[in-house]
Amino acid sequence: MVREAAHTLKKSLLWDLLTTVDHKKIAILYLIAGTLFFGKAGLMAILIRIQLMIPENTFVTGQTYNELLSMHGTIMLFLAATPLLFAFMNYFIPLQIGARDVAFPFLNALGFWFFFFGGLLLSLSWFFGGAPDAGWTAYVPLSSRDYAGIGLDFYVLGLQISGFGTLISGINFIVTMITMRAPGMTLLRMPLFCWTSFITSMLIVFGFTPLAAGLALLMLDRMFDGQFFLAAAGGNAVIWPHIFWIFGHPEVYILVLPAFGMISEIIPVFSKKRLFGYTAMVFATIVIGFLGFMVWVHHMFTLNLGPITNSIFAILTMLIGVPTGIKIFNWLFTMWGGKLRFTTAMLCASSFVPTFVLGGVTGIMLAMSPVTHLYHDTYFVVAHFHYIILGGIVLGLLGATYYWYPKMFGHCLNETLGKWMFWIFYIGFHLTFFIQHILGLIGMPRRVNVYLADQGWDGMNLISSIGAFMQGVAIILLLINVIYSAKKRPNHR
Amino acid sequence: MSETVDVSRGLPAHPERATLEGKNKFVGFWVFLSGEVTMFATFFGTYLGLRNGTAGGPEAADLFHMPLVFIMTMILLTSSLTSVIAITAMKKNQFKKMKLWMWITFFLGVAFLGFEIYEFVEYVHYGLGFSTSAFASSFYSLVGLHGAHVVFGLGWVLLLLIRYNRAGITLTNAPKFYMFSLYWHFIDVVWVFIFTVVYLMGIGGG
Ligand code: HEM
Ligand SMILES: [Cu+2]
Repeated sequence: MVREAAHTLKKSLLWDLLTTVDHKKIAILYLIAGTLFFGKAGLMAILIRIQLMIPENTFVTGQTYNELLSMHGTIMLFLAATPLLFAFMNYFIPLQIGARDVAFPFLNALGFWFFFFGGLLLSLSWFFGGAPDAGWTAYVPLSSRDYAGIGLDFYVLGLQISGFGTLISGINFIVTMITMRAPGMTLLRMPLFCWTSFITSMLIVFGFTPLAAGLALLMLDRMFDGQFFLAAAGGNAVIWPHIFWIFGHPEVYILVLPAFGMISEIIPVFSKKRLFGYTAMVFATIVIGFLGFMVWVHHMFTLNLGPITNSIFAILTMLIGVPTGIKIFNWLFTMWGGKLRFTTAMLCASSFVPTFVLGGVTGIMLAMSPVTHLYHDTYFVVAHFHYIILGGIVLGLLGATYYWYPKMFGHCLNETLGKWMFWIFYIGFHLTFFIQHILGLIGMPRRVNVYLADQGWDGMNLISSIGAFMQGVAIILLLINVIYSAKKRPNHR
Repeated sequence: MSETVDVSRGLPAHPERATLEGKNKFVGFWVFLSGEVTMFATFFGTYLGLRNGTAGGPEAADLFHMPLVFIMTMILLTSSLTSVIAITAMKKNQFKKMKLWMWITFFLGVAFLGFEIYEFVEYVHYGLGFSTSAFASSFYSLVGLHGAHVVFGLGWVLLLLIRYNRAGITLTNAPKFYMFSLYWHFIDVVWVFIFTVVYLMGIGGG
């Protein structure tokens, strides 16, 4: 009897999750799906690092390496980081503004399923003739019908579908925050996490639509003999990087802004102080969102669009440092003189600050168009954006997980395991990526699958790989913690 | 919340925004349309970048025919006007009048679409296939995207008109008709840009 009841309970729980339109349950769905994709792409990263661990390695072939690399980047950005952030946005935006749910609960669910099936479609490419192999940027002509197989079609369609889901959710969040705030919750009283999510949603609306257009052009070129990007019939390959980065740079802010919001929630709590400079934070977020659309050419300096274009975009890029710096100082001043308590959440949030500064500094270096030719397309760039993505977004996500877990699941995560996770992750992260700055500066190009023994790169690559394994261990510790804490939770209901 | 609107003394002044649901749709649709703007902007940008890439095939000046495009523009502008009349009638709770002008909007849209199809068929006869040149690809994709939006709009209003044929104006369907009219204006504005950027600049050789 009892077992039967438990069985039907489990069954109905699953059915409930699959058909739900409730924002909290959809958040759980995003959390699960995002974690699965994160695990998959993380595994690929480990495989990549195994291949690069020693010179002239033959662990995977060049073709497989390209597929792993492309899928790692694409999944991490579109199918891991985005849904994990969406999980927290879905759960906490309505709670923080005092609404019963989001504006369009059905569209909310629809957005999730579009994202999920788009991601599945992309992943199916492994079984139908190979994964996409042109990098997450899919530059033409590498991604054209002449050079790329069917994998690229999966890339185009999968991202088109999952991107549509993301767009729907973005619109949903915006409307929720405009029309459904509780009485008295004026815009300038919204918690900072809501504000950063709001700007992120705006960037989604204005960034994912150019991406949709670009993907449509690529699809027309590949499947219907369009001539957009092929020079032979008057096309122009440079149009693709333009469109891609008009989306691509805002995309990096789409991801990092909610992380900023999470950090701004956690730091005041564990400093026992109010957030320093709330209004300045809101203003800086808006300025970042605005400037984010005017810097895309800094990814294209080596295409030589001319000294004037390059100078303008270099200056605009450096300008973003100003609002970002405002945020950094506000976090520091919030901690200044506070009663600091270093829980796992706070460890993640406070260590976010210096790592993000490092990523920002290398960003400014990369923005100097005259010298960027030296380190463009080298491991220096890889180090830069991983300091931002792992040291920024992922630390924010980990912090938010420890901080908000009790609210979402009714019990805390174990702190001892948490601290082990943090330190292993943090040390592993710096081992992996700090050294890549130097590798880049001494000339190791990115996106290569082998290097030779006499190039002087072996030691550093080995250290980098060891760091990557440590990060893997840390993430496994987090998963163990989830199970362990659920078993150990004090009050079984 | 404002879900309970008193309708015993007739519809409120803005039936499309009177309920929270209507208001959400209203705001959400504006946000959606602003995203559409950036999507069309990308197609426009691509066209501007490629319009001289004719690769020896037919050029804009050889093909575009002012009288035809002018008639199409007039038809679409008029249909926008008729949809305004319909919405004004909706706000005054004149259901029959609204229906009539929505149907007129619909048929004007169909006429526009007919001309567009005719235009494309003609161009193909002149040797401008989709794959002929970068100019051809970017022209067909930009104007075709607009055409696809017209088709979608026509299907939408047709469904609304059939489904609410006898319903009268309610707080449920007012936001829907209103959103359609917003969409239709948007299509119209995009066409004005196409008229300028594609046709006028094409014929003028600018
Ligand atoms: C202070 C702010 C930032 C500045 C000044 C900056 C600057 C730059 C520049 C100039 C490049 C091009 C490097 C090259 O290819 O030569 C670049 C690449 C990149 N950045 Fe940033 N960035 C900043 C913040 C961010 C953030 C917040 C993220 C992510 C959340 C990010 C992610 C990336 C990625 C993924 C790439 C590599 C793109 C590729 O595959 O080529 N950056 N950054
Ligand atoms: Cu950028």
